[in-house]
Amino acid sequence: MTDSDKKTLFINDIEVEFDKEKTILEVAKKAGIEIPTFCYRPDLTQFGACRMCVVEIEKRGIQASCTMPPEAGLRVYTNTKKVRKIRKTILELLLARHDRECTMCSKSGSCELQKYSQEYGVTNISFEKIKEEDLLPIDTSSYSIQRDMNKCILCGACVRACHEFQGLGVLDFYNRGYKAKVQTMANKNMFDVDCVNCGQCASVCPTGALTVKSNIDCVYDFLGDREIKTAIQFAPSVRVALGEMFGLKAGENSVKKMYAAARKLGFDLVFDTNFSADLTIMEEANEFVQRVVKNENLPIFTSCCPAWVRYMELKHPDMLNHLSTAKSPQEMLSSTIKEFVPKFYEGVTKENLKVVSVMPCSAKKYEAKREELNGQTDVVLTTVEFAKMIQAEGIDFKNLKEEEANSPFGGYSGGATIFGASGGVAEAAVRTAYNMITGKDLENLDIVPLRGVDAASRSKEAVLDIQGKKVKIRVVSTLIEAEKAVREVKEGKADFQMLEVMACPGGCINGAGQPISCKDSKIKEERMEGLYKEDKSLPIRNSHDNPEIKKLYKEFLETPGSKLAHHLLHTTYSDKRKGSYLDLK
Amino acid sequence: MTELKSSIDFTKIDKILSDYGYEKTNLITVLQKVQEVYKFLPEDAITYIGDKIEGLSPATVLGVATFYAQFSLEPKGKYEIKVCDGTACHVRGSLPVLEAIKEKLPMENGKMTTKDGLFSVETVSCLGACGLAPVVVINEKVYPQMTPEAITLIIDTLMKEEGR
Repeated sequence: MTDSDKKTLFINDIEVEFDKEKTILEVAKKAGIEIPTFCYRPDLTQFGACRMCVVEIEKRGIQASCTMPPEAGLRVYTNTKKVRKIRKTILELLLARHDRECTMCSKSGSCELQKYSQEYGVTNISFEKIKEEDLLPIDTSSYSIQRDMNKCILCGACVRACHEFQGLGVLDFYNRGYKAKVQTMANKNMFDVDCVNCGQCASVCPTGALTVKSNIDCVYDFLGDREIKTAIQFAPSVRVALGEMFGLKAGENSVKKMYAAARKLGFDLVFDTNFSADLTIMEEANEFVQRVVKNENLPIFTSCCPAWVRYMELKHPDMLNHLSTAKSPQEMLSSTIKEFVPKFYEGVTKENLKVVSVMPCSAKKYEAKREELNGQTDVVLTTVEFAKMIQAEGIDFKNLKEEEANSPFGGYSGGATIFGASGGVAEAAVRTAYNMITGKDLENLDIVPLRGVDAASRSKEAVLDIQGKKVKIRVVSTLIEAEKAVREVKEGKADFQMLEVMACPGGCINGAGQPISCKDSKIKEERMEGLYKEDKSLPIRNSHDNPEIKKLYKEFLETPGSKLAHHLLHTTYSDKRKGSYLDLK
Repeated sequence: MTELKSSIDFTKIDKILSDYGYEKTNLITVLQKVQEVYKFLPEDAITYIGDKIEGLSPATVLGVATFYAQFSLEPKGKYEIKVCDGTACHVRGSLPVLEAIKEKLPMENGKMTTKDGLFSVETVSCLGACGLAPVVVINEKVYPQMTPEAITLIIDTLMKEEGR
């Protein structure tokens, strides 16, 4: 590109170059100026609903920067007196129809409406508060998501997330003008519609209208009870995101501080879901190999993501035979802990042991309540909830002395840690399946085509040569991509033998339980890099090489897929259609 | 196939959907045709349409149905009374006419149809008959230059015809 091709515009009189940026807002961001927004989410379509991002453009007047394309030579001012006045009025108008009891709101502290109201000095609202009797009831029916429409500012981010990521459209606008609301079909409870609990609606919500349900109180009850022994486990992607709540960079691995914090909080036993991610790989890879040998129920669908499993049960109950019967890592570890910990640790019995898991996910809260799983996981916390407990306890997380997890059930391989990013499960499964078939390890353990969490990597494939047989693996994130893959299978057009699905765009690193990442697409990439970095740095990178896993099979489970393994580590699925016309009464 | 417990005959809706190719872009036409059949849009029909058209959901179809004033979610009466409240009718006194109707036909809070299902009342924007303001339309018949007294008389006559 020559100098004359360069296009520039002026933001607050500073010349800024632009190239692929689609909007003034993106150009401003590049120049280091963050324009306030509610409805703008880089991973969703532009919407232009909230008008918070207005800027003043010379000869063009006031424009919404999130929908205005950049043009060479424009002179944009992002913070003039006029702009500030408009933004302040917008805030006042939004707050006029908003339940303003901030202290009792679970979003307090991370609410964008609260943040901007402070920044713009909204100290007086000339409109009356909503009367108590006019407040809408709060929907707490779901295990995962709480819906409080008194906090909704109609930015439509949730509506877009549900449509554009999951293709479900559980939430949509209802009515118009003053009467407009965001709601489910006929305002049914979230529990009674075909919601998969992925929580992406909550993770893009700028206010407390949609939040992930909290179960902290229950954990404090366990910790405060001397009779109860508490075990905790951490999902792979938690270790590269938790630190963000304490000023660490996204992707920085704080796993050993995390263990230390758990012990400081009073947990008796600190385990790692990564251990059972390795276990999942042993079972799932074995299942895959068996299916390939028998040529049945192919392609195999991974079953780690509870939102995806629920999607299959809701939308494709005729294809449940494709799902791997292996439980998710959370459930595998809970079952394993409940079964074996009393044998290894003194004073712990099946009865007095409670298992708490820390997950990047809202759907895991639902999964723990699945009847098929018998309540092995007692409580599920999100990454953010766990961070809040650390904050409440006054623990200086950044300066914690690093500790190790308990052993057994705490050691893990690199294959386990990459579960947290879309493509990781398939990569780890292939490493182990290859070994199961050939008796040798892959020459190059990195299966690069399966990596990546940006919007372009929501569907990716890799072909492997295993003893002259070509095996194709498809990896998708978001259910809208999963649906495409499932249809290929239904129509007999699928040429892949394994399908990995994660419901959240980019996988668990971008789950609804993680610290807010919807305003910056780069955060999930940094978290992903953190996981692959750990994989590379670990002495053991294959699940089948994890000594604790080997020991567990040698002493108890015998082989993957054995009778005991099936009893403990596998589950069943069933038709759970809801909210469809088939469900009408 | 699972036995359906709805009071709605889905085969009728299926016919309409297939006439319009189960296309997302034809949603409004589909809703209009369904409303012609039932005189309103039953909730079960909305759920069905949301399930059957790719790219839509029941919540989305309901959103469209509630966005446009032409769609009704509750059954309309045998007599559909439309009171024009466009600018001309408004300044010539459409609201007193509406009040007179409401007094004559008491309805439950928030409802637009009388309990016996005989009358439904709604205001509409300009009907294009400003010269005749204020205008009331009952089913297809236009009543010009309405007053509270005149509309009361008209409703009385209709009620008498129905034997009330």
